[in-house]
Amino acid sequence: MSENKDYKWVGTRPIRPDGADKVTGKAAFGADKNLPGMLHGKILRSPFGHANIKSIDTSAAKSAPGVLAVMTSKDLPDLPSEMAEAGESAVDFRDLSQNILAADKVLYHGHAVAAVAATSAKLAQEALKLIKVEYEELPVVLEIEDAMADDAPILHENQFTSGDSTDKPSNVAAKMKLPRGDIEKGFAEADVIIEREFTTPTVHQGYIEPHAVTASMSASGHADVWCCTQGAFVVRAMTAKILGMDVGKVKVTPSEIGGGFGAKTTVYLEPVAVKLSEMSGRPVKMVMDREEILRATGPTSASVIKIKLGATNDGKLVAAEGTLKYGAGAYKGSPMGPGCMCVFASYEIPNFLVRGFDVVLNKPKVAAYRAPGAPMAAFAMESVMNEMAAKLDLDPIDFRLENAVKEGSVAAYGPKFPAIGFVETLKAAKEHPHYSAPLGKNQGRGIGTGFWFNVGMQSSATLNVNENGSVTLITGSADIGGSRASMALFAAEELSISYDLITPLVSNTEETSYCDVTGGSRTTFATGMAVVKAAKNLVANMKKRAANTWGVEVDEVLWQDGQAVPPFSSGKNPMSMAEIAASAAKTGGPLTASASLTAQGAGAGFGVHICDIEVDPETGKTDVIRYTAIQDAGKAIHPSYVEGQYQGGAVQGIGWALNEEYVYNDKGVLQNFGFLDYRMPVANDLPMIDTVIVEVPNPAHPYGVRGVGETPIVPPLAAVAEAVNNAVGVRICDLPISPPRLLAAIDAK
Amino acid sequence: MGSVQYHAPQSLEEAVPLLKEAQKTPSRILAGGTDLLIQMRAGVKTPDMLIDIKKIPEVTGIEIGPEEIRLGAATPSAVMDESVELHRQLPGVVEGMELIGSTQVQGRATPGGNLCNASPAGDGAPAMIAAGGQCVVFGSNGVRTIPVEEVCIAPGRTSLADDEFIQEFRFPTPKPGQADAYLRFIPRNEMDIAVVGVAANITVDASGTCTAAKVTLGAVGPTVVIADKVAELLVGTKLDDATLAKAGEMASGLGTPISDKRGTVEFRHRIAGVLTRRVIQIAATRAGERL
Repeated sequence: MSENKDYKWVGTRPIRPDGADKVTGKAAFGADKNLPGMLHGKILRSPFGHANIKSIDTSAAKSAPGVLAVMTSKDLPDLPSEMAEAGESAVDFRDLSQNILAADKVLYHGHAVAAVAATSAKLAQEALKLIKVEYEELPVVLEIEDAMADDAPILHENQFTSGDSTDKPSNVAAKMKLPRGDIEKGFAEADVIIEREFTTPTVHQGYIEPHAVTASMSASGHADVWCCTQGAFVVRAMTAKILGMDVGKVKVTPSEIGGGFGAKTTVYLEPVAVKLSEMSGRPVKMVMDREEILRATGPTSASVIKIKLGATNDGKLVAAEGTLKYGAGAYKGSPMGPGCMCVFASYEIPNFLVRGFDVVLNKPKVAAYRAPGAPMAAFAMESVMNEMAAKLDLDPIDFRLENAVKEGSVAAYGPKFPAIGFVETLKAAKEHPHYSAPLGKNQGRGIGTGFWFNVGMQSSATLNVNENGSVTLITGSADIGGSRASMALFAAEELSISYDLITPLVSNTEETSYCDVTGGSRTTFATGMAVVKAAKNLVANMKKRAANTWGVEVDEVLWQDGQAVPPFSSGKNPMSMAEIAASAAKTGGPLTASASLTAQGAGAGFGVHICDIEVDPETGKTDVIRYTAIQDAGKAIHPSYVEGQYQGGAVQGIGWALNEEYVYNDKGVLQNFGFLDYRMPVANDLPMIDTVIVEVPNPAHPYGVRGVGETPIVPPLAAVAEAVNNAVGVRICDLPISPPRLLAAIDAK
Repeated sequence: MGSVQYHAPQSLEEAVPLLKEAQKTPSRILAGGTDLLIQMRAGVKTPDMLIDIKKIPEVTGIEIGPEEIRLGAATPSAVMDESVELHRQLPGVVEGMELIGSTQVQGRATPGGNLCNASPAGDGAPAMIAAGGQCVVFGSNGVRTIPVEEVCIAPGRTSLADDEFIQEFRFPTPKPGQADAYLRFIPRNEMDIAVVGVAANITVDASGTCTAAKVTLGAVGPTVVIADKVAELLVGTKLDDATLAKAGEMASGLGTPISDKRGTVEFRHRIAGVLTRRVIQIAATRAGERL
């Protein structure tokens, strides 16, 4: 922890460095990259939810006007099944390759089958129609419970439940178990036991910017890739692996990003565009449309979650049991693991058992979405916590305070918590005027809490001092929520120079050193640590140069207000950073400093949301009328962007609770493939989301930072459901709480 | 595959040869384009020729006379919304149009386009029908006038010939004691498609007795349902709560709604009843204020 709490820059709200370009339309996003001679690539997608591919004939498409390349999975190396860490979670490269272009089978409607590059997008689209694919249609399985049934259609004949000793292929890719104590004994001690099952639908991250890439393969076999991504290095790794290339021969340049929320940590188009460029000898651009995004990119899992909770009459939790089933989509890899680790993470429960299931379905392969797996788990657990509080006649916040984890508690997933801010956050919620404000007719209030681990991973940063003392700050961390401003604030604080003298940049994979994805709420924490470390190195270097100039010992030199200050006895004047920079040629050459690290000790984040809802009991329509998000940030580096994360997460969670869902027909064809019928909330559906930043410093970070980006999507689902319950007296366990569902529940009351 | 010819005639006269050509060439009339351009982009409609009618003076504008209100078919809904007098005379017709799309879309969307898109869920038609609207249909062989309810014959299909378009709408100017209203149900608050929409046009006398009524329902059938029985029930009553409840009950049994991504059969029936009761109430209150 920093010794100095009176920061000059950290905690202030300067204008973001990328702001002017964004509001004037000058910022370049994924689809803005164009090159001379560029072709346009399009993807042929499966018309079936599940089918064997008998044959693909591309001959007519290859000779169509304007077409320079046509490819299928046969043009990709046949990769062995190999798990590798990529981005936030492990990925099987064989699955990834086959998701990009189907090999023997299509596993969901919209699954990519072939790709064409032509001189115009229209000609490419026309050529797709000339590709003849012979399919053998298979029955689809769309629901988790159906996929787990004995007689379910099997997606992968070679997939056996990991850990099970069976030779029967299964749609259950993996199971897990997380035990503590003795649940039988625990439930025997309980005065009240509640058991309920919850379901949540498949939902999409809903980023506004479509996936887009421009790729150019040189004659020497060097690929240049421009794309919108949360992690240029992960795109590089995946693209190289899928194409069998050396990572050193793939250069990835990230564009500005128009939303990712976890989903832009994988690849769909990039390897295809590179291959099409290699085949045609021309640059190739590919841009998805909204329909392709909804049909074929990773949403997050649907879930079926059962919670059994036991408490004593005085409000102590004694036992809990959770069964969490997550739909992975077409290939294994749902967020079962984090979901199971999160479900009981906020409370001290002496006896519990968590069981998880990772289930494949004929839907697109899921991708990360803000705190993957946690919102569904919290919807179930927090709903039961709310019901338990009501049954025990306890205030729901008091009930949580009674059982909340704190410093020293052993987390449900293993480690002992260092300083955390759950109790402080709960208390801030209880003291907030919103919590006790009066409600009108048909209005109700609910709370929900949320937990997320946050991660550290690898980061690096470089500071180059210009000859006038200004600084260029380079990292490889994509800026998805204002991180360039935060990086510049860290540097300004450490160098004690003006924020305006720092130009923070996000560079490409060849011109900066490695950074893991911007994901897991890690960038301000981990890349921020690298910036701080690099800045400290730079200050040390500048002090040394000043000491040499003055002929004094380096430890006699202080760094204050952006200048090296000599000992009084030397009789010398302080040297400003500009002066040190100007004399760099004589003191050892250009001033530059880098740092890299694997950040340890990402502090867990806790949030509490308060939601007021008004229900029209005749139509089942809901309106969120007041909403407050309270969360521990450790230390808010740029408070506006911390608040923005709280608000954005809350809004996505509200949408998930109220109206968002994938609607499939019985053939596995998505019916609502646009934003008209995939109903995210629009601006006038929501009140201003009020925020409260709680600051319990993370002891592992020099400024006390905790990640803040993911936690805020965790509490809303239960908070919304509880508000509806308190408004009209019906407890909805199946999301979304859409008007037809709520009206039916009110009728059934 | 090929290019699309775009024509923007400056007068009805200039439109005639183009309409004749439209009988031979797959073509579409373009008004605001807020449905058509999206359908073309999605490949649902693939015309070879577009005839943009917005530049024809007779096709835009609002004229309010003592007997008749004239509304150009390609008048943007934003212009309708800005007309204080149209709001005063036909608030329900304006409500139907101003619910469509976003502020930006409002600058383009038109009542003629909304009607000719022939969506069962179109927001424009119910109130125009309830207001007794007539369409002046211009064709290469002249002009004919038909009631608004005769334009849509099935989802996506109209009774207009390939060489015809709607030039303008005409409504009888509401009498003292007459007013209309439109309500629709959507799960969100804007940027959505009606799950059900209901319009009412109500006339009351000084005693508060309903002397005339027309109630129309959208999105509960392939075309707008005209609820004559509901209207009959209202006439002669004081539109008391019991009557309104009965009207709602009756309306919830009308039409042949479907279950789709926007709502179920049961839900649409229920909402039709609720909205009918509410919209009659609103129209009746407005009618009373116009006595």
